Amino acid sequence: MTIAPASAAKFYQWRRPLEAVFLPVAALLVALVIFGVFCTLAGANPLGVYASIYKAAFGSWSAWQNTLIRASPLMLTALCTALPARLGLVIIGNEGALVIGGLAATIAGLTVGASVPPVLGQFTMAIAAIIAGGLWIMLAGALRHYRGVNETISSLLLNYIAIALINHLVEGPMRDAEFVTKPSSAELNEALWMGTLPGSRIHYGLVYGLIACVIAYVLIQRTTFGFAARTAGGNIRAARVAGLPVGKLTLAICFLGGSCAGLAGMVEVAAVQKRINESLVSNYGYAGILVAFVSRHNPLATILVAVLLGGILASGGILQRSHDLPDATVLVFQGIVFLCVLFSDSLYGRLPWFQEKPVA
Amino acid sequence: MATEALGWWGVPLGILAGTLRGSAPFLFVSLGECLTEKSGKINLGLEGTLLMGAMSAYGVAYLSQGALGDFWAPWLGVLAAGLAGMSLGAIHGWLAQQPRVNDVAVGIAMIIFGSGLAFFLGKPFIQPQAPQLFPFQWGAWSSIPAVQSALKVSPLFLIGVAIAPIMQWFFRSTRWGLYIRAVGDSPEAARAMGISIFKVRFLSIMAGSFLAGIGGACLSLYFPGVWTERISSGQGLMAVALVIFARWNPLQCLWASLLFGGAQALGPAFQSVGINAYYYLFNAAPYILTLLIMIITCSPKRTLVGAPGALGKED
Repeated sequence: MTIAPASAAKFYQWRRPLEAVFLPVAALLVALVIFGVFCTLAGANPLGVYASIYKAAFGSWSAWQNTLIRASPLMLTALCTALPARLGLVIIGNEGALVIGGLAATIAGLTVGASVPPVLGQFTMAIAAIIAGGLWIMLAGALRHYRGVNETISSLLLNYIAIALINHLVEGPMRDAEFVTKPSSAELNEALWMGTLPGSRIHYGLVYGLIACVIAYVLIQRTTFGFAARTAGGNIRAARVAGLPVGKLTLAICFLGGSCAGLAGMVEVAAVQKRINESLVSNYGYAGILVAFVSRHNPLATILVAVLLGGILASGGILQRSHDLPDATVLVFQGIVFLCVLFSDSLYGRLPWFQEKPVA
Repeated sequence: MATEALGWWGVPLGILAGTLRGSAPFLFVSLGECLTEKSGKINLGLEGTLLMGAMSAYGVAYLSQGALGDFWAPWLGVLAAGLAGMSLGAIHGWLAQQPRVNDVAVGIAMIIFGSGLAFFLGKPFIQPQAPQLFPFQWGAWSSIPAVQSALKVSPLFLIGVAIAPIMQWFFRSTRWGLYIRAVGDSPEAARAMGISIFKVRFLSIMAGSFLAGIGGACLSLYFPGVWTERISSGQGLMAVALVIFARWNPLQCLWASLLFGGAQALGPAFQSVGINAYYYLFNAAPYILTLLIMIITCSPKRTLVGAPGALGKED
């Protein structure tokens, strides 16, 4: 078959963007196959496992609601890795920023109580969480910029410090003596609980997550700030030569990333936990790293991947009940997906079908 | 005499005891990470390796108890831990060397995968009690139980202490040590010498993961000596920071591990004399210490003294 030169160029133009869709999807499919083999080895029927995951994640309106409830904090924590990644920083302090955001929101919520209208009270909580989470990750960015401390390791250490801090506070100064199940803070006033979308169990956190992802997308792809960040991420030395304020960019983008994870903490506190205790540390932060990498740090793709992973997380219980597989199965699956997606990164530009061919 | 009668002496004794008990995992993972990073790649996934090692050691020791007896079964567990670590290291070593693949990202994926696999396979071993490694009783001379228990030393700890100078000698005086340093410092020069960069890094990462797996065995077969999903408190992650602190020098990894083991013992030591108020904050001491050390020793202007030249660079 021969294609006329002009339309041939157009044809290959179409193939290149396809590569960015094809490779992650292929990676997901390969991960599914490997996971199937793993399930078979563990003595479960892989087709049955797939069917259960699908049913528990997307099989019914109730399943969809479970999935979306889990997806909303994931969208927010993923941005904590995705935004700094555009500047070439690998931040993995999502869990810590979430915890600190939840802590700040709880303190703000307990302080204002029912003294202000609920909308204003929730707004205060959200602002407190955004600032606290933002500053927490900005610390890692500042250490990177001013002291050359590796931001991956410092943000990781900050996770442990944040968790120790809330454990300390709920065991001591903030402990609610009347709540005996586990050391916790006092409960938030009912007026401050986050409502649900009409006709569903899904809380407003989903709206927060969607809005944050869209804003992040516009910010990165459509503004001067985003352009500067992407330029600096591509080549930091060239950016310095071009006079871009690399330090300010680092601090700003770390703050934004951290504030999203902080907001996730507020959502979890106001919508799910209603008080702060160790249950806040529920791996949404680490799963967010996975979402960010799978979506290749694109905030719009993050929405989709967060929903997918939310579905996988929602199916954890059913795997245990109907296939006798431990909870950790979901973690294994996440690991396999992550590894496959990373491997697919190495295939960019290596598959001939997607390459522009010289027009003869 | 009871512990209370020791009064405030209980604190330094508790720290000493905690250092002897708790630094072995740090020592093994930091030596493993040191070996890996010397070849120019980072393995952030040692946390997963550590958990996998802890689980394999415990599981194998438990299952082979009947066939091998209480003394040898844990040692088979130690070997299994090393091999399990090595298998994870093989995945990391291969994947992290593919073009355009970031070794830090692979490390994060390996944490998720390794810990997931360890929790998955380790589920049946949470309840049963596996045989433990027999410690050396260096405190037998004392009549004070607290001193006796403080001076119990794990054989793995002693092996780790021996490996540190051996690794130092290995890097400095052997052909293979030179290969690893060449690949880590200047891959072009190594390539010109006809060394396969892929092979050297692959083997270094596998050997490093073997050591990290044994670090996991220290946790499950000696102290705390159980298998639970919360057995590791981030020792695998701190390894990376420890190696920076130790300036990529195996002997200094030893001192750094002792320091971290001691820092980890602060909380329990103060708790033993009745100070509970800041238990969790004392537990965060190793992390805060790591962060402070990195803030003090790093600089944006120059690379660190002793850092392998190719570390963190695309090749």
